Amino acid sequence: MPAVQETVERVKRIDVDQYRYGFETLIDSEKAPKGLSEEIVKFISQKKNEPAWMLQWRLEAYRRWLTMTEPTWARVNYPKIDFQDIHYYAAPKPKKTVTSLDEIDPEILKTYEKLGIPLREVAMLEGIEPKVGEDDPARRKIAVDAVFDSVSVATTFKAELKKAGVIFMPISEAIREHPELVQKYLGSVVPTSDNFYATLNSAVFSDGSFVYVPPGVRCPMELSTYFRINERNTGQFERTLIIADKGSYVSYLEGCTAPQRDENQLHAAVVELVALDDAEIKYSTVQNWYPGNSEGKGGIYNFVTKRGDCRGANSKISWTQVETGSAITWKYPSCILRGDNSRGEFYSIAISNGFQQVDSGTKMIHLGKNTSSRIISKGIAAGKSQNTYRGLVTAHRKATGARNFTACDSLLIGDKCGAHTVPYIEAKNSSATFEHEATTSKISEDVLFYCIQRGLSQEEAVGLVVNGFVKDVLQQLPMEFAVEAQKLISISLEGSVG
Amino acid sequence: MALLEVKDLKVRVEEREILHGLTLTVNEGEVHAIMGPNGSGKSTLSHVIAGKPGYEVTDGQILFRGEDLLEMDPDERAAKGVFLAFQYPVEIPGVATMNFLRTALNAQRKARGEGEYSTPDFLKKVREVSKSLNIPQDMLKRGVNVGFSGGEKKRNEVLQMALFEPSLCILDEMDSGLDIDALRIAADGVNALRSPGRAMIVITHYQRLLNYIVPDFVHVMSKGRVVKSGDKELALELEASGYAQFEDAA
Repeated sequence: MPAVQETVERVKRIDVDQYRYGFETLIDSEKAPKGLSEEIVKFISQKKNEPAWMLQWRLEAYRRWLTMTEPTWARVNYPKIDFQDIHYYAAPKPKKTVTSLDEIDPEILKTYEKLGIPLREVAMLEGIEPKVGEDDPARRKIAVDAVFDSVSVATTFKAELKKAGVIFMPISEAIREHPELVQKYLGSVVPTSDNFYATLNSAVFSDGSFVYVPPGVRCPMELSTYFRINERNTGQFERTLIIADKGSYVSYLEGCTAPQRDENQLHAAVVELVALDDAEIKYSTVQNWYPGNSEGKGGIYNFVTKRGDCRGANSKISWTQVETGSAITWKYPSCILRGDNSRGEFYSIAISNGFQQVDSGTKMIHLGKNTSSRIISKGIAAGKSQNTYRGLVTAHRKATGARNFTACDSLLIGDKCGAHTVPYIEAKNSSATFEHEATTSKISEDVLFYCIQRGLSQEEAVGLVVNGFVKDVLQQLPMEFAVEAQKLISISLEGSVG
Repeated sequence: MALLEVKDLKVRVEEREILHGLTLTVNEGEVHAIMGPNGSGKSTLSHVIAGKPGYEVTDGQILFRGEDLLEMDPDERAAKGVFLAFQYPVEIPGVATMNFLRTALNAQRKARGEGEYSTPDFLKKVREVSKSLNIPQDMLKRGVNVGFSGGEKKRNEVLQMALFEPSLCILDEMDSGLDIDALRIAADGVNALRSPGRAMIVITHYQRLLNYIVPDFVHVMSKGRVVKSGDKELALELEASGYAQFEDAA
């Protein structure tokens, strides 16, 4: 069955306004009391058995945070967040120390099963174990780190990755087991003082993923983290740190879902990527946090800082994101092109429906010589949503030969939504070549009628046209996720026409 | 039972009446040409039969094999066998033609309660038809009509007609924008689809097209009505004398 057809089938089975990941898992959990103070920061650090330096780092961030104010420049509106009304730590109550998957609370395993995320170490495509001695390169494996509320509950394929020298583990473990790497790189891309939400994250982050790929190693499988917010009134603050050492390569995927709730929940993550000489990191996100209901009630506030540092010469960092969820998205995955000849890429599909507000884009900061960057952004606004692309492209004085190409396309469905493009372009070097293209169009009635005359329903027609619109970006996703994303796009847009 | 019966059809667009009581009966196997000057309502008729939004039917009815066509959504009409070859086929960037054909064909088959085509059967069928229409395979990989020449767009319409096997084909100004060679290829494709179980309505401004697709009946439209009907000789007569004679008759 072709993917589009499958999409269409899926859309048909789902009622309008039904978020398929909206279920809640009933498990025993341990929560910190509501509110934020030095005591809470110490509590979190203690829960994680952290060394003293880590606690100091957190406390410095916390003290800094107290002096900061929330940014208000984004094109999003929401009631003021009461930061003392949030639990900053929640963890599924461990029955005992977990050493293998079999010991994890079966309710949690079921949750991930429902989400379609394999926590068993099986080959992803066929869903069967390869036979002994069989090494089929076409059968791709994906290693998964599952983060449930504030803690990582499982990381698969650890042993196999270890053989290749790749470290893939919860960051809380990495702090204890690889302090030299964490201390060297944590906060080196997004400093603790970076911005209000990143600073908050630095103080209270409880888990996330850590990846280190040693020199010359091509990571043998896709790495993936699935974030799930389950607890009520809980903020999720995960921290991801990926280091690709000289000449290495890694592809990393991130997926997010949350239960359907009437209240808004805060998600403030920080992701730091470091690519050394000749290294490449490909980071893909399929973000599907609960977007709120058809009246705009509930949904996740997604205030995320993601930044990659092309620290070495000839390094490359590529961000691909499919953003369909969250009530509010405030997110600008960026690249610092420090190394000579380094390259940054940003491919984005941002879909907003209902009352969603998206303010997303990227920053490409050209510092090294002959650096290049490429931005392809596809924004789709439907319902009563507002969808803003905000981007910054700068070339430093010494960034001779910097090149950027930007294409921002917006598609409007219906007449109650808005699409906005806010590009900032700054060249301090006369040899820089920056190109910017932008289009805004409405989904064409003639195109829809053409499809419908050929037998497609209205929703099938919209799904088809939108999938065509975003094709350039979908192609950048690893294959399994491209299919998933394609389905998600159609589901996100259901009920958007008529 | 007639395949298509249009009875005393009155249609408005934004408060202005375009069709003022049009009647037309088409039986299986027949090819009807509808001719008339610009603004006579030819394209409106084709759009209303296919169910394009924006038209208000104020009176009359359209029956398709005795069923009320106006009660059906446009995609239902397509599944029942109503096909409109567009005067200006639209472009759908990013959607490969092959994917589009397959999605549409399977949507129609599903609506009729038929099984989906298997991939080999589908590919075989597309190859056969596209070959006879001189459509290169790489064209099918491109976005629907994106970067197609006028002739390629019209051939793509005929390709769909051949694949979907509709019982009523409406060809809206198929000759517009085509040179004589492109016209011949498209017309040959259409002629190959003439069959006792299938009817066609050929809408055209010029007699030229009817040299290639020879109709059984010719109707002249003027100011929203059929003012004269006859056989293929009527088209030749029109070519000689023009539409002016009918302006008063309407």
